[in-house]
Parts: sequence; structure tokens; C-alpha cells
Amino acid sequence: MELLRNKPGDTATTKVPALDLPELYQCVHCGLCLNQCPTYRALHLEPESPRGRIHLVKAAAEGRIELNDRFKEHIYLCLLCRACETACPSGVQYGRIAETAREQLGPPGSPFARAVLNFVFTRLLPYPRRLRFVFNLLRLYQRSGLQRIARSLLPGKLREMDSMLPTVPAKFYYPVTSILPAIGERRAKVAMLNGCVMPLLFGDVNEATVRVLRRNGCDVVLPKNQICCGALNIHNGESAAAKQMAAIVVNSAGCGAAMKEYGYLLRDDLAYRDKAARFSSLVKDTGEYLAGIGLVAGLRPVEMTVTYQDPCHLAHGQRVRAQPRTLLQSIPGLKLVEMDGADRCCGSAGIYNLTHADMSQHLLKEKMQAVTATHVDAVVAPNPGCMLQLRYGTQRFGPDVKIYHLMDLLDRACSETDLTPK
Amino acid sequence: MNREDLIGELKNIVGDRFVLVEKEDVIVYEQDGSIFQVMPEIVVLPGDVEQVSAVVKLAKQAAVPIVPRGSGTGLAGGAVPAEGGIVLSLARLNRILKIDLENRIAIVEPGVINLDVTKAVAKDGFFYAPDPSSQAACSIGGNVANNSGGPHTLAYGVTTNHVLGVEAVLDDGVIVWLGGEVPDTPGYDLCGVFVGSEGTLGVVTKVAVKLMQTRESVRTLLAIFDEMDNATQTVVDITAAGIIPAALEMMDRTTIEAIERGAPVGFPRDAEAVLIVEIEGLTEHTDRSASLARAICQRNGAREVKLAADEAERQRLWKGRKGAFGAMGTLAPNYYVQDGVVPRSKLPEMMRRIAAISKQFNLRIANVFHAGDGNLHPNILFDMRAPGELDRVIEAGAATLRACIELGGSITGEHGVGLEKKAYIGLLFNEADLEAMARVRRVFDPDNRFNPAKLFPTPASCGEIRLQPAQIPAGLWI
Ligand SMILES: Cc1cc2nc3c(=O)[nH]c(=O)nc-3n(C[C@H](O)[C@H](O)[C@H](O)COP(=O)(O)OP(=O)(O)OC[C@H]3O[C@@H](n4cnc5c(N)ncnc54)[C@H](O)[C@@H]3O)c2cc1C
Ligand code: SF4
Ligand code: SF4
Repeated sequence: MELLRNKPGDTATTKVPALDLPELYQCVHCGLCLNQCPTYRALHLEPESPRGRIHLVKAAAEGRIELNDRFKEHIYLCLLCRACETACPSGVQYGRIAETAREQLGPPGSPFARAVLNFVFTRLLPYPRRLRFVFNLLRLYQRSGLQRIARSLLPGKLREMDSMLPTVPAKFYYPVTSILPAIGERRAKVAMLNGCVMPLLFGDVNEATVRVLRRNGCDVVLPKNQICCGALNIHNGESAAAKQMAAIVVNSAGCGAAMKEYGYLLRDDLAYRDKAARFSSLVKDTGEYLAGIGLVAGLRPVEMTVTYQDPCHLAHGQRVRAQPRTLLQSIPGLKLVEMDGADRCCGSAGIYNLTHADMSQHLLKEKMQAVTATHVDAVVAPNPGCMLQLRYGTQRFGPDVKIYHLMDLLDRACSETDLTPK
Repeated sequence: MNREDLIGELKNIVGDRFVLVEKEDVIVYEQDGSIFQVMPEIVVLPGDVEQVSAVVKLAKQAAVPIVPRGSGTGLAGGAVPAEGGIVLSLARLNRILKIDLENRIAIVEPGVINLDVTKAVAKDGFFYAPDPSSQAACSIGGNVANNSGGPHTLAYGVTTNHVLGVEAVLDDGVIVWLGGEVPDTPGYDLCGVFVGSEGTLGVVTKVAVKLMQTRESVRTLLAIFDEMDNATQTVVDITAAGIIPAALEMMDRTTIEAIERGAPVGFPRDAEAVLIVEIEGLTEHTDRSASLARAICQRNGAREVKLAADEAERQRLWKGRKGAFGAMGTLAPNYYVQDGVVPRSKLPEMMRRIAAISKQFNLRIANVFHAGDGNLHPNILFDMRAPGELDRVIEAGAATLRACIELGGSITGEHGVGLEKKAYIGLLFNEADLEAMARVRRVFDPDNRFNPAKLFPTPASCGEIRLQPAQIPAGLWI
């Protein structure tokens, strides 16, 4: 059937030098990453695998395929979970390849969705006061009964999105003092990222984190004028370094991973790259940091069986896996049961759960099945995105378990309150 | 039947989503773990055996070549559609259909990942023995087609020793069982014929595999050498002493460097060679054999011999070994791996010859191999973008294969012939031998449509195969 032949050497379009990254040439096409990739596991289509996506980017760089919508779909169905980086024996930094491809392609979705996202990223997240205002509105919406009315009126898809909205807690976390001294013997001075969304949705976690750090001998500094980590300016970090901080601790895995990358992101910026690299070297996930210095606070028993969900940006992005588990196991009475695929993405992936709801829900369902099989009381996932997704998962698919941040449990173990589920 | 009709019919069989025709989809299937690239016209992913059968029937009607593909980790270009046509991916046939621990067998679909078979039975104290280094990714169907081995082949044999039967779809779409669920079914051993047939006889759609019971105890030694000669002599001496390790693996200095750069596991970077010696069995036996093996290493001048203290340490050693191939990407943009065999006693001589070839052609060669079997994997490191280098690499590769044959060995231990070695197969078999094989092929594949241009030394359409600088990442392997 001669008419079917593709001409393999054909060049379809022009080369894209910006995509011709050195990382591409480190991929040896061995395929060891395939089975660790959530989207490949779900679909078994190689264009939805790490090796496939790398192959596509390379083909685009060489001008063999166009940067068209089909290509874009493959690049955006990726969760950027970086499980493929953990699996790769050749050390291919897939994340950098995917980010560069996305820069070339521009954001996904309809013009309207793009406009909304653009607004959120450039007009909202960098401005704590505006953000707080929006969350106040949201809280009002949820508590005034308006949400109930809206749900009965909204069409199906919007109603589902509405049901994914996290409940805004009664209290935000913006402490008045910016230095909170160590309790007991002082061992170190650390800066802590309060974050953009964390203090609004997870103020209690931030509060708990501060308490745990203080009880373990840390002076905690909450630098003023913090904004979203993605835009957190290096001056902040510079002054943190100048103040002899032992570390900049972060309890959100996504922010931590991003902050550890500043050095790389600014590698071409002569003025900032050294500062950025120094800043990055100080960044530590809270669990990573505490396991490193060791707990000194006396720990009370927490009678509970939990399983641990590795946040992608912690396990794959920062290679932090053992430390949170060690901390959990040091709590008397607490039993840790591993679930199948603990380091597989839960489908949250930033705003992925909104842009790719089908894939996201598929992954969440599998995750909840894995949780069910462990018969635990709670899941520990030290990252806000994962916590929201898993909470939604317990509602939609069950089982009815609690979702905690690692710092929640450490805080309970360090304090008086009894956290045994009733 | 024109292209559109064919695509339409295929979509009717497997559903729209699982027929790929856009260039931004099919291009991904132009390559496997090797360096060869040919783009398929259509990629089809059936979901069950009936769909496989219908697709095969349709391909016959349309007279289009059909190339089965598992996980695409093959190192000889076996899953590359040399003459275009349909790539039939078995990735969606990934169910474990039956586990029968009493009779120690499992029946699995071909897309099941090798390691997942072991994972499914490990808690009951069983495992599936063939363990290619790619076991976290490669499929059972691909293992069957390539008769794959692995580090533990030394003690347990290759895939064919662990497959009792296969279900296959023949060229006219008929579904048959070859072999059975018990050993030694009467009649021709057609299951044996299918194992190692590299996708040229039909599509394997179910596999009955043997399960083995986990050994009571395992001892894993890491022996570190400052001289390559001492390491190879140790391999000869260990087997001569009557110890049969479950695995006996060697890595040279360059390989160690690659591993330590890629995903480090703590191999000493200044050693000339390290050996992994693994012994399984009853505790008494493993302790005795391990101390004997240790003594032999020391007699041969090992700098240090370490016993893995626990399972975590053992896993770390194996992680290094199993990641060795992928790690080559940290040393050079490309590498070309040979898969040769020499009698074990000729290992020291062979390693000296490889060193000479490396000098002669001025190319770095990293050695990592199943030493216990005399199954070598020299990786020739290079950069395709450097003019003329690829030619030197191919010559150096041919020189290593010739050396294997001169020393009484063979040109492929486990990776198969595929596209890569078909030019060499004439060195191993005479015309009458090859004709006997060709007759078997004609019986099962009369139209020469199943994975054409593979295995046999036909010139075929090599003009279409891309092997161009900057377009091909890397090479074969292990
Ligand atoms: C890092 C790495 C390490 C490796 N280590 C080893 C090793 O230690 N030992 C070893 O032997 N090999 C090794 N290999 C080679 C490779 O993994 C094996 O050959 C493996 O069996 C291929 O399986 P696959 O599913 O990837 O098959 P593919 O590459 O997809 O296909 C291989 C061949 O099988 C045919 N095929 C696939 N499925 C079917 C089916 N269902 N029916 C009929 N034909 C089919 C294809 O047409 C092709 O000819 C390694 C490869 C890599 C990348
Ligand atoms: S594991 Fe690494 S080298 Fe192998 S195909 Fe995936 S990205 Fe490429
Ligand atoms: S980042 Fe995650 S989803 Fe994306 S290719 Fe890698 S493993 Fe797959």
C-alpha cells in the first residue's frame, strides 16, 4: 500500500532553536519512565508519556512537526509532576523541557480562560491585600447561604466546579509580630514563607508550623511584605541571608520546589544569579529541615493510623521522601501504613484539576482507592494543593478519612490537644 | 481499500481514540530503545484479543505491514516499522488474568509490565524469574518475542524456560493456544517457536508464565578491583569452583562514572571494575558460597569485598546496575551498544580485545555485562554530530562482534536481531540454517507482513531508516 508511506525525512516546518535544549540530548529513549507517568498509565498512549513528549519537543525543535494544537494538547495533558525525573537513570530534567515548551506554546484553554488565569497570576497573587479581599468575598459567599442558592441554579459543569471550591476558614493567618522566638533552648534562626494562599486557606497549618518550629528551638522570622513565592523577590532572600538565617523554611511543597529553582531560573542574569543561587541553597521544606536538626520537643502519643501521600513537588521536585516519614514515625502511637503508589500524583497539579478535570478525577479516584485499601484514619500530605484535592476526593469517592498536613500532626504531638479521631 | 477506509474501519474496531494518524502522534512510535527511526502510518491500540484479531484480519485485506509493539524498550529496532504500515501497540492489553499459586503459574496479557508480575505475587513468596534490566518498563509480550534474559539468567535461564504457553493471533486473524498451562504438551513445540520470533510470526495475546518461590536467603557481594584482568579472572574462578551464583555482573570504570553522574548509588569512582555476586538458596548454602566467593575475589587481588548489609543496600546495588544503560546519557549524547557472547573462560581475553578496539578507533567504550554468562554489553560512546564518528562506531561495533565469533561466541545474547543485527546473522548461520528458519516464517506469515525486514538478512528498505545526527538520541543496550 504505497500511498500510505510517510516520508520520514520530510521537514514539515521551520526549526525552533528555542526548543533545542541540551536536556533533550540526555534522553536515551530507554522508556524506563513510561510506567511511572500517571497520564501514560491512564491512557497507554506514548504521546502522553515522558519519552513521547520529549520526542515531540525534539521533533518540533528540528522542524519535523508543527507547534499546532495537537502538540499542545500532549504538552498540556502533562501534570508536571516530574515522576519521570525520579524514574530516569540518565538524569533528564524533564521539567525544564516541558516548561520551555509551554513558554513557546503559550497558555492553554479558551481565550476567556486564559484571560482569567492571566488576571489571577498578574493582578491577584502578587498582591496580598487584593487576594485577602477576594477570599473575604468568597467566605461571605459560602457563609451567607448564597452558595446554596447558586448551586441550585448553576448548570452541571459549573456546579461541579463550585463544589470543588475549598471552604474558606473563619480565620486567616497574618501574625502581627514578625519574629516569634524559640520556646526552650534556642538552636537556630529560620525565615518562614507565609505564602499567598496558605495564610488564607491554611492559616491553621501555618500557625501549627510556627509552633512546631518554636518548640524545637527555632526563632521564626516571618519576613514582612511577602508575596507569592513565584514572584518573591530575591531581595527578601538576600536580606534573609544577611540576617544569618540557618534556613528559609517552606511548608508548601510547590513553593519550596520553585524557590529551590531560583538559582537556575536566574542563571543568565549576571546581577542576580549568585544571590539567587545562595537564596536557593537556604530553602528547605519544613519536614526536611526538622528531620535534619532533629526534634527536641517531647512528643505526646497520637493514637492514629495514617498513610503518607508524597506531594510531587516534594518527592520528585525536591527528592524529599524519607524525612517526613521519619518524623511521622517518631510520634508515639502513630502507625504509618504505606499505600500503593504513594508517590503518584493525586491529580491536583496546580490548576490542572480545573483545566483537565477528566484526567484529574481519574487519578483522584485511583488515589482514593489506594487509600481505601490501607484502612487508615487519615492521610498526611504536606502540601496545600494535595490537601484540597484529597479533601475533595474524600467527599466524592470516599473513604471518609481526615486529611492532614505533616505539621498538623507534629503540632498535636508537641502540644496538649488530643487528636485521636472520635 | 484506500487510506481513509482503512482508518475508518480501524476506528470501528477499537474506537476513535485508539487509532492514531496525526503526525504529532505517530512520530512518537518511530523509535524504540534503539537508534533506528521509521515513522508508522497508523498506530492502533486494541483493547482485547478480539480486537487484535479483527485488526490483523483487516491489515491482511488491505495488504499493509503490521508491527507489534510492547513497551518499545527493545534495543535492536524490533518494534520499528521498517516498511511503515501499522504499529499494533499491545500496551492496553495489560491485565493479569489468573494467578494460580498452587500450580505456580500466572496467565497474563502481553502488555503487562514484567515487574508487575512479580509485584502481584511477591507478598505470597513468589516471583517471575526473567528480570531484564528494563523490567520496570518492558512488557511480557516483548520479553517473549525477544526471548529476553537478565542478570539472574545465570541461575534461572531465559524467558523460554519460563513460558508454558501463549495465545496468539495468526496472520488470518485466527486465535490459537500454543503450548498450555502444563509443561510438555504433546506435538510440535510451537510455543517454543513463538518465543524469540521477534513479532515475525503473529501477535502474542496471552502468556502462561511459571512462577517461582522466593529463595529463603540471598547474599549479595560487591567486589572492587583495581585491575580489569583480576575481575574477569575472578568470574572464571568463581564458576570453576562450582559456585552457581544467581547473578554475576560486571561494570567497568567508565560505566561506574556514568552511574555515579546520573543516579548515584555509591560505587567507587576510582575502581577499574566492580563485580556484583549474588547467591540465593538456603541460608546455610548462601553463607558458605558467599564466603567462598569472597575468598576467590580476595585471592584475585580485590581491593575490597562488601556484603550488602540489608535489603535496602542490596536494592541500591541493583539500582545502580539496572540504571547503567540509561546513565550513559550523562557521558555522551550517543552510544551504541553491542550484545555479544563469549565462553566465560575467554572473558579476560575479550576484555583485552575490547580495550584494543577502543584504542584503535579512538572511541570510549563502557563495559557493563552479565559476566556469569559471558554476555557482553560494550557501549561505544560518541557524538553523532561529530562528522565521521558514526562510521567509526559502526566499524568498532563490527570489530567487537567479529572478536566474539573468533573466540567461539555469538552475536546476540538477549537483545534479538531486529533491524540491527540482521546484517550479521549470516556470520552465525549458513544458508541452509537460514532457509530452515525462513520456511517456518513462510508457514506463519505467508505474505511477509508481520514485522517485515527483520531478523533475516534481507537488504529491505534501509534507505528509509533515519540514522541522522542530532535526530537520534542514543543507542542500544544491555
Ligand atoms: C534500560 C534497558 C535495559 C535492558 N536490559 C535488558 C536485559 O537485561 N536483558 C534483555 O534481554 N533485554 C534488555 N533490554 C532490551 C528490552 O528491554 C527487551 O528486549 C524487552 O524484552 C523488550 O520488551 P518491550 O515490551 O519493550 O518490547 P518492544 O521493544 O516493544 O518489542 C520488542 C520486539 O517484540 C515484538 N513484540 C512485542 N510485543 C509483542 C507481542 N505481543 N506479540 C508479538 N511480538 C511482540 C516487537 O515486534 C519487537 O520485535 C533492555 C532495554 C533497556 C532500554
Ligand atoms: S527514562 Fe530518561 S532517558 Fe529514558 S526515555 Fe525516559 S527521559 Fe529518556
Ligand atoms: S511530569 Fe508527570 S505527567 Fe508529565 S511526563 Fe513526567 S511523569 Fe508524566
